[in-house]
Amino acid sequence: MSKQNTNIPQDYKYGFTTDIDNIKAPKGLSEETIKFISKIKKEPKWMLDWRLKAFNRLKVSKEPNWQKPKYPKINYQDLYYYSAPKSMKDKPKSLDEVDPKLIETYNKLGIPLNEQKKLSGVAVDAVFDSVSVATTFKDELTKKGIIFCPISEAIQKHPDLVKKYLGSVIPISDHYFATLNSAVFTDGSFVYIPPNTRCPMELSTYFRINAAETGQFERTLIIADKGSYVSYLEGCTAPMRDENQLHAANVELIALDDAEIKYSTVQNWYPGDKDGVGGIYNFVTKRGACRGKNSKISWTQVETGSAITWKYPSCILQGDNSVGEFYSIAITNNHQKADTGTKMIHLGKNTKSKIISKGISAGKADNTYRGLVDIGRKASNSRNYTQCDSLLMGNKCGAHTVPYIKNKNSTSTIEHEATTSKINEDQLFYCNQRGLNQEEAVSLIVNGFCKDVLQQLPMEFAVEAQKLVGISLEGSVG
Amino acid sequence: MLEIKNLNASINNREILKGLNISIKPGELHAIMGPNGSGKSTLANVLSGKEGYKISGELNYLGKSLNEISIDERAQKGIFLAFQYPTEIPGVNTSNFLRTSLNKVRKAQGKKEIDALSFLKLVKEKSDELGMDEKMLTRQLNVGFSGGEKKKNEILQMKILDPSLIILDETDSGLDIDALKIVADGVNSARDKKKSFLVITHYQRLLNFIKPDFVHVLADGKIVKSGTKELAMELEKTGYKGIN
Repeated sequence: MSKQNTNIPQDYKYGFTTDIDNIKAPKGLSEETIKFISKIKKEPKWMLDWRLKAFNRLKVSKEPNWQKPKYPKINYQDLYYYSAPKSMKDKPKSLDEVDPKLIETYNKLGIPLNEQKKLSGVAVDAVFDSVSVATTFKDELTKKGIIFCPISEAIQKHPDLVKKYLGSVIPISDHYFATLNSAVFTDGSFVYIPPNTRCPMELSTYFRINAAETGQFERTLIIADKGSYVSYLEGCTAPMRDENQLHAANVELIALDDAEIKYSTVQNWYPGDKDGVGGIYNFVTKRGACRGKNSKISWTQVETGSAITWKYPSCILQGDNSVGEFYSIAITNNHQKADTGTKMIHLGKNTKSKIISKGISAGKADNTYRGLVDIGRKASNSRNYTQCDSLLMGNKCGAHTVPYIKNKNSTSTIEHEATTSKINEDQLFYCNQRGLNQEEAVSLIVNGFCKDVLQQLPMEFAVEAQKLVGISLEGSVG
Repeated sequence: MLEIKNLNASINNREILKGLNISIKPGELHAIMGPNGSGKSTLANVLSGKEGYKISGELNYLGKSLNEISIDERAQKGIFLAFQYPTEIPGVNTSNFLRTSLNKVRKAQGKKEIDALSFLKLVKEKSDELGMDEKMLTRQLNVGFSGGEKKKNEILQMKILDPSLIILDETDSGLDIDALKIVADGVNSARDKKKSFLVITHYQRLLNFIKPDFVHVLADGKIVKSGTKELAMELEKTGYKGIN
């Protein structure tokens, strides 16, 4: 066990560890590890074969290194790929059978799982290290034909859907981390919304890394069938440790004709201490396919945590008239680094995409927006609008905007606007003179700067996100 | 209310205020007039606690020294500065900002936070008094406001926060005559025995609408002449050169 990092300000309030007995896979990455994971998840043979195919691909695949934030070489043989509380071995049938320590952990995180206390209007799947602990509101959703369950359960109970869609947006061979995830993914959420159904509540997964020296490799698959709608939110936290931990998730979204998926992320992994020790490497692949005509996928992300955030939630606009949106707030403070943005691939006719990115850097942090807009030859009358705003606090941080723009269709248009500004002394003075202290003033001004993105979040989470924006920047001015 | 003794202030080694003295009692309205570069805005900044100045001398407010008191604490204790150039804060709703500000001041005074309904009532009442359209408060703070709207918004904030010492920094600049009257009416209606005003202005024009108890002429960082409102009239005729 690595030591808890004690040399940190107490502003990361999710930094505690739950002391619980774990079952772990043998250390290191090998065929044995993958077989262990597949066996403990009671997977059918086709799933194990799929994993092994990915593992073989991984052997000839190379880690990408074109990103701006560099990191020390990861020793993949020195990690655990599966860790789960012992008590979860014989799947508890109801919440009463779940280890109280786990329930308490989620209470502390503000995610009550108990029937009486559960969040109203939000169904939660709680993932702890490599397993799903509990899923709330399951019965109510089942009545509407909606499937919301851990992906490990879906592999057993809904193999046809999983076989059809898993890897259909992010192929096994996509890139190193996506391939790694395909080989060793442990848990995550599975969502299926049947045709012409509007999901009556927010669906949410809360990811928690607890065990040390463990990577988290979750896999999420969301399918919105014809004419359906779903809004999904993920939240993440981890204990404070002075080692770096890897989180390499794959998220695939599929929207069929006239369907809409709204996917929101509030990412608050442990960012490391003020000297840049520890923190999560958040190397995530998120991609949505607007497969049907008139379909829509909207990504909203609030990225405040992690030592390094490296992700590009993307939309493949295949269906005619389909719409892709990306709203992002990325806040980096102290030594945090982010290289994030999106890819909008226009293939269908009359497809539209919109990108609004707000990057905020403070301390010695570095923040890069990187985005691709690619309008294909057949994507007539397509449109993209991109707006990238960067806000700098202090003079030791950096902000970069790297847009890649390809337009192969003469009837389509692309607009790109970008601004970079420093937090304005006059604005701070004005707020101070009206009785707000420095931190309140910064929080207010930055929240104003991020407003276009914050208002895209489901209401239940917008208030939390606003507070998080303020907390992430504490001590960054003055 | 406010006692300034031998105040010196410099910024980047440049002396701006050089031994300034003023004493303002509760209920009084003092006007400070002076040419460009005489130190008028510096005085407003120093009183509100803006950082970056090297200061010596005494600054006493309600019998206590203001040294070491931060900008926000001064504001909470009832010092209000109506800005010459109110800054724009994009994405921040004017009404929410004002409510946050009011609650900070109330909290410092040991009062409960104001609820949404009472706040709306208060805003309606005060904006009616100023003949202002309260819809302005649904907009982003000062963003796209005309010069006149910005100044009216300052006066509305003053009326709602109900401070004790009010500093108006060239509030008349850039106003047409109608807006000037609204601003002056706002100030006049706020005057009472407990409040003190320090009105900083370049022109005598504002003092046709706001009657000062005392007028001081600031030149080269010092008060060079003090008098009553007749002094302002005199300045209008002779200009600042006539004073020196």
